Amino acid sequence: MSDSQKCACEPSEVLFFPCSGGSNCGQIAHYAAVSLARAGRGKFFCLAGMGGHVKGLLESAKAAKVLVAIDGCPALCAKKTLEHAELPPQIHLVVTELGIEKKSGNLDFSEDELASCRGTLERELDAEVALIPGRG
Amino acid sequence: MKKVHVLGPGCPKCQQVAANVAEAAKAAGVEVEVEKVSKPMDIAKYGVMFTPGLAVEGEVVCAGRIPGVEEIKGWLGAERAEGKK
Repeated sequence: MSDSQKCACEPSEVLFFPCSGGSNCGQIAHYAAVSLARAGRGKFFCLAGMGGHVKGLLESAKAAKVLVAIDGCPALCAKKTLEHAELPPQIHLVVTELGIEKKSGNLDFSEDELASCRGTLERELDAEVALIPGRG
Repeated sequence: MKKVHVLGPGCPKCQQVAANVAEAAKAAGVEVEVEKVSKPMDIAKYGVMFTPGLAVEGEVVCAGRIPGVEEIKGWLGAERAEGKK
């Protein structure tokens, strides 16, 4: 292995699976996951790969300790996709349950709405990660 | 002859997987051809995001961990019993 080549042998403990759906709430879910991944709180993962039952992605997801499903609305597509792949999430958030109204086809949202979603996820992550052996 | 691919950049964990495959194949009496896949783009074709990964006859059986010898024997033996691939 060359020195410049990054080893992928340290699986992320936390994986984010936002629904990334076609509404303001779906996009809040998406960008909350992007923001948390960029902050080093986990890895943004491929929900489509779970739905497609791509074996390599499924096996990679099994190596994580905390799966986070972030749904925009009560359709719960992210959670259901993970459950269909027999990978139930440890953390599940629905953006509309934060009091944000869903607007189908409208991809715009405010910074406050994004911060609300991100903040809620961070608090749930703090609690869940504390339960991982050696991390509490 | 089973085709086995060890997926990873070549660090000690990948080498351990290859060693476990060799030991499992010997114990199970299964002939294997082991190929190491180390280029990131080639690994990505398998959908593996965390290495080391292992594929038997083209199907990923694990990723992000080092499988044990007994586990690998099962994958090699199960395929043999099914008589396919």
